[in-house]
Amino acid sequence: MSVVGEKLQPTLFERSRPGRGEGKIPHPPKDALDRIPAAARRTTPAALPELNEPEVVRHYVNLSHLNYAIDTGFYPLGSCTMKFNPKLNEWAARLPGFANLHPLAPDEIAQGSLQLLWELEQALVEISGMRAVTLQPAAGAQGELCGILMIRAYHRSRDDTGRDEVLVPDSSHGTNPATASMAGFKTITIPSAADGGVDLEKFRAALGPRTAAVMITNPSTLGLFEKRIGELLDEVHAAGALAYMDGANLNAILGRFKPGEAGFDVMHFNVHKTFSTPHGGGGPGAGPVGVGERLLPFLPAPRVLPSDDGRFRLERLDERPTSIGRLRSFVGNTGVLVRAYAYIRAHGGTGLRQVSDDAVLAANYLKKRVGEAYDIPFDRPCKHEFVASASGIKHRTGVRTLDIAKRLIDHGYHPPTIYFPLTVDEGMLIEPTETESVETLDAFADALIAIAREAETDPDLVKSAPHTAPVGRLDEATAARQPNLRWRPMAGADMPCPD
Amino acid sequence: MPYGPHTAGDRERMLAALGIASVDDLFADIPEALRASHLDLPEPEPELELAARLQRLAGRNRTDLASFLGAGVYRHWTPAAVDQILLRGEWYTAYTPYQPEISQGTLQSIYEYESLIAELVDLDVVSASHYDGAAATAEAGLMTCRATRRSRVLVSKAVHPHYRATLAAYFGGGLELDDIPLVADGEAAGTTDLAALERLLAEDGRPVAGVIAGQPNFLGLLEPMEEIGRLAHAAGALFVSVIEPVSLAVLAPPGAYGADIAAGEGQPLGIAPQYGGPYLGLLASTDALVRQIPGRLVGMTTDVNGKRAFVMTLRAREQDIRRDKAASNICTNQALLALAASVYLATIGPHGLRDVAAQGAARAARLETALAAAGAPRIHPGPYLNEFAVRVPDARAVHRRLIEQGVLAGLALADVLPDEPSLADALLVCATEVTTDDDIALFASALSAEIAAPLSGASR
Amino acid sequence: MVPTDLRYTKDHEWVRVKGKEATVGITEYAASQLGDIVFVELPDVGRSLAQFAAFGVVESVKAVSDLFAPVSGAVAAINDALAGSPESVNTDPYGAGWMVRLELGDPAEIDELLDATAYDALIAAG
Repeated sequence: MSVVGEKLQPTLFERSRPGRGEGKIPHPPKDALDRIPAAARRTTPAALPELNEPEVVRHYVNLSHLNYAIDTGFYPLGSCTMKFNPKLNEWAARLPGFANLHPLAPDEIAQGSLQLLWELEQALVEISGMRAVTLQPAAGAQGELCGILMIRAYHRSRDDTGRDEVLVPDSSHGTNPATASMAGFKTITIPSAADGGVDLEKFRAALGPRTAAVMITNPSTLGLFEKRIGELLDEVHAAGALAYMDGANLNAILGRFKPGEAGFDVMHFNVHKTFSTPHGGGGPGAGPVGVGERLLPFLPAPRVLPSDDGRFRLERLDERPTSIGRLRSFVGNTGVLVRAYAYIRAHGGTGLRQVSDDAVLAANYLKKRVGEAYDIPFDRPCKHEFVASASGIKHRTGVRTLDIAKRLIDHGYHPPTIYFPLTVDEGMLIEPTETESVETLDAFADALIAIAREAETDPDLVKSAPHTAPVGRLDEATAARQPNLRWRPMAGADMPCPD
Repeated sequence: MPYGPHTAGDRERMLAALGIASVDDLFADIPEALRASHLDLPEPEPELELAARLQRLAGRNRTDLASFLGAGVYRHWTPAAVDQILLRGEWYTAYTPYQPEISQGTLQSIYEYESLIAELVDLDVVSASHYDGAAATAEAGLMTCRATRRSRVLVSKAVHPHYRATLAAYFGGGLELDDIPLVADGEAAGTTDLAALERLLAEDGRPVAGVIAGQPNFLGLLEPMEEIGRLAHAAGALFVSVIEPVSLAVLAPPGAYGADIAAGEGQPLGIAPQYGGPYLGLLASTDALVRQIPGRLVGMTTDVNGKRAFVMTLRAREQDIRRDKAASNICTNQALLALAASVYLATIGPHGLRDVAAQGAARAARLETALAAAGAPRIHPGPYLNEFAVRVPDARAVHRRLIEQGVLAGLALADVLPDEPSLADALLVCATEVTTDDDIALFASALSAEIAAPLSGASR
Repeated sequence: MVPTDLRYTKDHEWVRVKGKEATVGITEYAASQLGDIVFVELPDVGRSLAQFAAFGVVESVKAVSDLFAPVSGAVAAINDALAGSPESVNTDPYGAGWMVRLELGDPAEIDELLDATAYDALIAAG
């Protein structure tokens, strides 16, 4: 029994037949394009597929059946916060007043969206303890870039040249060092301490006049709160550097810890994690950024500002010359932010704190259950996620975390995050979130425990999983050695077409 | 709590299993001095009230005006099938397809998207999506520097001002970005100045990595793309074309005129304006640049039983593996919007897409005639597809007053290009297949009255 | 036991010296740690490398690793066949999977490298 559907589909191109497809709009006049110079005209038509609406709908409905999704089952992906995506938010984003508004519409006809954005900023200010928030970045990684560019602008504004290094712990998400490189900094990676937290002594040794910033995830990517965060922040500021918090794990600390109040200078939010906006198969998201006093002048432009008359406006071009400018077109992923706004309003302050309480309680409960059959490298209370290891199982049976993950599919679950963070051998990062029942948590733990037993009694079954998915393990080596990234009639001819 | 399943009994059961009395115990490791106590936010709102609040907010936006505003985001008719499919939870609540065996839906749809866009732009490698046209253009600029190991990029002043500003932000650390001026007068006014480009490319000791120009450009005009590409390649630089996807049904695609990279905004392919996003960053390149292109790539392969299947590939380019040496830090992309664009293209088809482009051209020609008759002639003489700039005295004030008449009269160019005195009294207007004759008539008559009336604001 | 006629670095490169020519690749241990090799990025012919300088990148499906020159020298040749058959690095790491051939800068540098016994001990401890 597959946890997803089973009907593989031919591609759109294989379904295409000349003359299929009916017009959705009236035909244009025959001379419509006569005034376009021949040199600028397309001579070979684009070979897009010709299909009619029923075929298109069946194609995409059947393809959708091949997907696992939050709406189909438990998705314990550590670091991703796969909580339920509220349906009210889909309704709200599609209200014509929100959906049909052009981003360059004058402020006076955009008051609804401007007010929503401003209220959302204020809510994120309260949640983070920061001084101000920008909603411009399109994703967490773009938020990181925004933060690091503001930090660079800050040091430049103080003629503090020579700060060309960014420090990150070795457990950091890959976007952190990639962001530092994009902004022209060198990444210095600091090994973690034995207890999984930042090694304060090693950080202290690496901090100096060349340090522009430190990027910390708190709770860490292991789901552990950095107990020495206060001391670390003091050291960072004493060295003249600034502290960036990767807010991916905010679901653990809503109402319990405010990064801005604790001393972080800047942080990003992942609204597609903490604030329930849908992942969409890889995106879209949004990565708002909160700043303290030091970085306020450098926020990207335009900011959303209140006018004297209780209305709202966008900053005018060049109104704030200290800004780092813009990192994308227009004001932001407003359609995504409408969903985040609705989520925050639905919960209120008490609800958001309850979210973290339940997320942390669920993670600790699940950690105890999973610990019945797996190594738990850090045996102390975790926050919203925890790491388990199949290291022992691998030594005894040769079955690896990858195999266990694939076998979970046969048991009806999406696997957790595997082999991240890089610092744990045969690691699994498990994050239940607050929207899963105790029954689901127990059933998942039971499945993991059953697989641990299967590894002892029938390791080959586990090593060759999954057995019930629409496809088995894929030949990723050939996919990378001889990339086929584009449909061509010849390319499909030698691979069996499903229909 | 609105979406959580836990009852008091459930919580007690979990606490008991952990042997603790209160969930506060699990937060004891937060240093006391750094603990927050609560969140000072408005009370939670049940769905009924929250829905009313959201409706009130949406109602304070005005989307009923006859709109001629384009400037990078265009109104088109999206076939109803697109949103029906996007509303399926298996599409929008799925994660990035890291477990390919249970993500074949998402993976195949991305492969199809890559193939569809590849057909439109006539380039072989298409990234699974970038954030928007601006970020895609900025990443294209960075690609040219990596690929040529040079550090200077030239961008036409007729590329969208938001894209140029984004390029400047991304280029702030040791890379150079120079503007290519526009022709001021004559037949080619408003397009990229080829003579100036040639001079910039020839500057001693300042080799150029990439040249960026748009087709159509921000002012709606058609550019001599083949010429620009030829000049770029002669100087050892790569050529980046900033494109608008609907126009590619009728205009020569980047692959046909020698572009190495195509970047642009996919919003016109079935994505609503939404006051800024989420949109769809299109990014495509020749095969030679496949290892330089940022973002996810999906390829076709087989599974262990020989079945055809799809998988993310060439992953070692990406941040989780390459870390500080990654081409880009991009992780979350715009996958759901790529799906929207694919469903749009599948539904509208090649003939339909051509009709959309041609209808826009036809209606834009009628708009041009009507506005000229109303006293607002085109500023530039060169050919355009469906967008152009017209001369309107006191354009900003007229634009504001036309809103009261029910018309969103395009974009006052002075608002986004304050350094172009020739565009101080100009409106950038466009037409698409949704622009009606009534809309055009309303715009023309309201504008005619504005232009005729004395500027001292005589009452009507 | 790794080939005894080669010398090794701590980063798992091997070098075969014949007169003034030094051929370089990665060991079977390194290749198996990386998994299926999909791409090898090699330097331009003519480039000068210092000992232990990074000269390229080897990519597998799920990992990436820099390549470090065991000895200094100028790049005399690169293995073009790897572009079409990167899997040679997995199937024949000491033969068809060779990566670059250098014109040896300083023969004395060989003595700083590990011999087969020392390298075997290194990966056994690993």
